[in-house]
Amino acid sequence: MNRSREVILAAVRRSLNRGPLGAEREAELRDQIAAHRRNLVPARATSLDHLAQVELFIAMAEAAQATVARVPALADVPETVTRYLASENLPAELVIAPDSSLDDIPWTTRPLLRIRRGRAGKADAVSLTPCFAAIAETGTLMLVSGAHTPTTLNFLPDTHIILVHADQVVATYEDGWDRLREAIHWNATGASELPRTVNFITGPSRTGDIEQRIVLGAHGPRRLHILVVEDRRAGDHGENGG
Amino acid sequence: MQATSRNFAANSRVGLANENLQQALDIMTQRGFPLRRREVVARLPEFEALRERGREIKDHTLAHLDFYLELYEENVVAAGGEVHWARTPEEACQVVLEICRAAGARTVTKGKSMIAEEIGLNDFLEKSGIAPIETDLGEYIIQLRHEPPSHLIAPAMHLVKEQVADTFRAAHRTLDPRRPLIEARELCDEARALLRPQFLAADVGITGANFLVAETGSSIIVTNEGNGDLTQTLPRVHIVLASLEKLVPTFEDAATLLRLLARSATGQEFSSYMTASTGPRRPGDLDGPEAYHVILLDNGRSQMLGGEFADMLRCIRCGACMNHCPVYAAVGGHAYGWVYPGPMGAVLTPSLIGIKEAASLPNASTLCGRCESVCPVKIPLPKMLRHWREREFAQKLAPRVWRNGLSLWAWVAQRPALYHALAGIVSRVLGWAGGPRGRFRSLPFAAGWTGVRDMPAPEGRSFHSLWAERAKTAGRG
Repeated sequence: MNRSREVILAAVRRSLNRGPLGAEREAELRDQIAAHRRNLVPARATSLDHLAQVELFIAMAEAAQATVARVPALADVPETVTRYLASENLPAELVIAPDSSLDDIPWTTRPLLRIRRGRAGKADAVSLTPCFAAIAETGTLMLVSGAHTPTTLNFLPDTHIILVHADQVVATYEDGWDRLREAIHWNATGASELPRTVNFITGPSRTGDIEQRIVLGAHGPRRLHILVVEDRRAGDHGENGG
Repeated sequence: MQATSRNFAANSRVGLANENLQQALDIMTQRGFPLRRREVVARLPEFEALRERGREIKDHTLAHLDFYLELYEENVVAAGGEVHWARTPEEACQVVLEICRAAGARTVTKGKSMIAEEIGLNDFLEKSGIAPIETDLGEYIIQLRHEPPSHLIAPAMHLVKEQVADTFRAAHRTLDPRRPLIEARELCDEARALLRPQFLAADVGITGANFLVAETGSSIIVTNEGNGDLTQTLPRVHIVLASLEKLVPTFEDAATLLRLLARSATGQEFSSYMTASTGPRRPGDLDGPEAYHVILLDNGRSQMLGGEFADMLRCIRCGACMNHCPVYAAVGGHAYGWVYPGPMGAVLTPSLIGIKEAASLPNASTLCGRCESVCPVKIPLPKMLRHWREREFAQKLAPRVWRNGLSLWAWVAQRPALYHALAGIVSRVLGWAGGPRGRFRSLPFAAGWTGVRDMPAPEGRSFHSLWAERAKTAGRG
């Protein structure tokens, strides 16, 4: 389809009444991109301090029908997860992202929980993953794919549990992209370092396709449960997971 | 699909007589999208300013579209993907088929894609021996019913739940016929259970794209169901179908448009899932497709650039214009007779299939302006509908009676003295003939109006004569 490519680009230029832009203008546009200038960003989250941003994140996530539990430290995660599974009548069985950020969770304190680490299969009912960032303005979780964070964990199981450290909460989508660029040295090495998939997740799966009535659990998870771990605060930049 | 847009009036009569459709439209307009949009917009003080920024981002991208297309392609290739350019629907279908054949595909799952509708992909694949399976709940329902979508984002919005239940009973013959299928919940669960094995078995997954990010070669999809993500994660091959105008320069630009999209579309703060995909699975990845293809469709868009319909290329397919359109709310989406309904469809369809095929669509509007006032990228839809009306008139596509009537009116209107004299006579005569009731039950040449409602009689004097008198009085005072 090489010919189609040339025909389309020529038609675009003809309609714009000009030839190719020229090296100088192209360099300007490339510089504009590299500057990552923000457009208008709503003040809803940016006007708050970090503690209030964490509160906003939780309130917005709950408004999108996610459930949220706050836990003091990673050591408390097994008990909180066990209680959550019991309260929802779910089996005590988890598939967990094989990511090092989750290695320190002391699962042995709950020997009845059956744990597997890897990607999700069709039989997995509950998954637990880290996230890359949590975005306060709409209660959105930002997850990235990778060798230790397979995407199937986010969509196949009926229940998805996501672990968020308080210092992963940022104000806006733009802040999330900035953090990702820092983490992958985006500007230095180019776009190919970008993970295959970046998922923004806001609440559980839903549809309104029948009579505009919202039903949760259309094809993705029916439940989205967020654990906010309060051990790390903004400023202690740690490994983000993923 | 075969367009029936020329028959808008006849299609509308069918819609007006369809009780299920009327009930579904009432649900949408009374407790659905417009109400939710109003509430969510009220919670974001910057919304109006964001609309202006959204407009600027799209205009900038379109003015440099060749550059952003080439940059996008460069970055898709750098990430290990392939870009295919298609001038026409036929070319695009052919590329899909070649990719499917090369992958040895028998079944294909599909996320919702208006471009797939535009190029008639499902019919084409079926004829070629490949079974496409729609996975968006609304698309799945209309695929079972062999119907086109009736709304941009809620393709089955013309149906009530009893109709969906009947469709499922007829299609899902292996299930217990006595199972309860009353609530939306039960219907949704049944589709979920039946589609899950299809997701896992499909060889190729096809999705659309809400945005293409030039900076990184990423495609962005937005869904609430998560079907798009299962479609593009599980099969070996992922194909993205997108038209040229989906380009945006950066993720910052995408972020601004995303703030507008969900709020304008469903009235949500943000959709459940926004996914940016860049190339195929990386070394070491445990899942994801092994191949990643993008098909860039032109189909008339390069011709729209720079012309009087270029503003239409800003459209981000939110559906707000149809959600707020009194004509759409009365007749439903199928009356528009092709893929894109509502005000955006009335403007876009003539650009894509020709004004001759879509001649009556520009008249499917009262020009009330609600569409433009809610459009997240400020597309002047009423103005463009007027442009199409002018072309329809110039190309003699409108019925002869209309054209003669309009010509006569224009001739008189260009002669102000004659116009005022005639207007004065006509309004006095009608005012007198209207009698004490001040209304007409029937009028010659106006049966189209008086057949369904009374025509109010003029009060006897024209606005112009009152204005002139007022000016005289004011001059004296």
